[in-house]
Amino acid sequence: MNYATVRPRLSEKVRLRFDRRTDRYLLLYPETGLELNETATAIVRLCTGEWTIDEIVDHLIRSYGDVSRGEISRAVREFLAILADRGLLQGAA
Amino acid sequence: MNNKYRPYTLIAELTYRCPLHCPYCSNPSDLAEYGKEIDTDTWIRVFQEAEELGVIQLNLTGGEPLLRDDLELLVERARRLDLYTNLITSGVPLTFERLTRLRERGLDSVQISIQSTRGAVSDRLAGTPAFNRKLDAMRWATSLRLPLTLNVVLHRENIAEIEEFIALAEHVAADRLELANTQYLGWALKNRHALLPTREHIKWARTVAAEAKTRLRGRMEVVFVTPDYYTEYPKSCMEGWGRRFIVVNPEGLALPCHLAHTIPGLQFERVTQHRLADIWRRSSGFNRFRGEEWLPDPCRTCDRRAIDFGGCRCQAFHLMGDAGLPDPACTLAPGHHVIESARAQAGRSVSIPVLFEHRTGLGHSSR
Ligand code: SF4
Repeated sequence: MNYATVRPRLSEKVRLRFDRRTDRYLLLYPETGLELNETATAIVRLCTGEWTIDEIVDHLIRSYGDVSRGEISRAVREFLAILADRGLLQGAA
Repeated sequence: MNNKYRPYTLIAELTYRCPLHCPYCSNPSDLAEYGKEIDTDTWIRVFQEAEELGVIQLNLTGGEPLLRDDLELLVERARRLDLYTNLITSGVPLTFERLTRLRERGLDSVQISIQSTRGAVSDRLAGTPAFNRKLDAMRWATSLRLPLTLNVVLHRENIAEIEEFIALAEHVAADRLELANTQYLGWALKNRHALLPTREHIKWARTVAAEAKTRLRGRMEVVFVTPDYYTEYPKSCMEGWGRRFIVVNPEGLALPCHLAHTIPGLQFERVTQHRLADIWRRSSGFNRFRGEEWLPDPCRTCDRRAIDFGGCRCQAFHLMGDAGLPDPACTLAPGHHVIESARAQAGRSVSIPVLFEHRTGLGHSSR
């Protein structure tokens, strides 16, 4: 995925839902779902097709100032790969 | 009280009725049963109670759920509860208009089952000319951008078609393809000699599926479920008894799996008489095989007990006569020889025409 040009967008089959049992967000799709931590939730919320991956990293740096850019972009890359792998991003294949 | 377990999925078997006539269907289907189906309000209450208990996924299944004319309303109410709602259907009594309506009411995904890619074979197995209608239903789903799962129950007569199933799934742009081998329970167990593929069949099919899985990664999920007759260890049936799933059958009986009430000596309750939370926590049937206390030897001390929970209770009952024994599919189980001899028989027998066909769409075939 190209950081400067790809604008990740969630596939239509996923639905983000707050889970009051765990106080976390769940990303639901057929048969199963992913339980998201805070960072993952923040990333998912930015997968609207508006932002490039670089811009998503920028956003996160602003909210998690104490973490290095390298660390954040690695987290974003890894998480987007998980989503793409499961077919949860549009046109990511 | 048992607060340790949270159900994630409710499998709502809305009806026993079905327009297909798979001759050896395990569902009771006479009209007397129809009268006993629980009503719309009860289902809505069950959805609410399930959501309160922690359920996030709802599978609407049957029989054929499209035969309930309150389906639109049920979908709408499920969606209002923010449940991820899957319709599990044969795709047969469906029109584009109805699917559009269901989509508008909030249906999240649809699963359509097929028996064969060869129209004539498929129709013979289903006992009705359904194949083209299923194809239409699949195309409608994708045109409505409704995520589509294509479900195939594999056995010896159709396993050779695996490449065709994959091609069909690609052709209709399915999101997910489940190639699930038959679970040999009920009628399938009686016909196991004709249905169980050989080890070579399975090996080949698994290789083809694995190749497709890699090739289609990110576009279509390909799931291949090996029959437990050819795995070393059993399946984690229902991901553990009373652990993640609740099945409510058309008459309102709440169960840990759709066959649990066929095990003698277990007691289950109806949603018409009890709150779902009370059933989930207190039902002696749900509690019977929960956790680790009940585990027999050698499961009791086995490292895999937290992975497979001793396997399938129904299989232990049907093959060993005691639901409290380890699933004989396990190579460590004392009763494993029954599986070995069935495998040996599959290796010997020539292709016997299959007279019996499995009903899919019960929402359990991949589990
Ligand atoms: S011995 Fe029991 S727990 Fe261990 S693998 Fe076999 S069935 Fe599973």
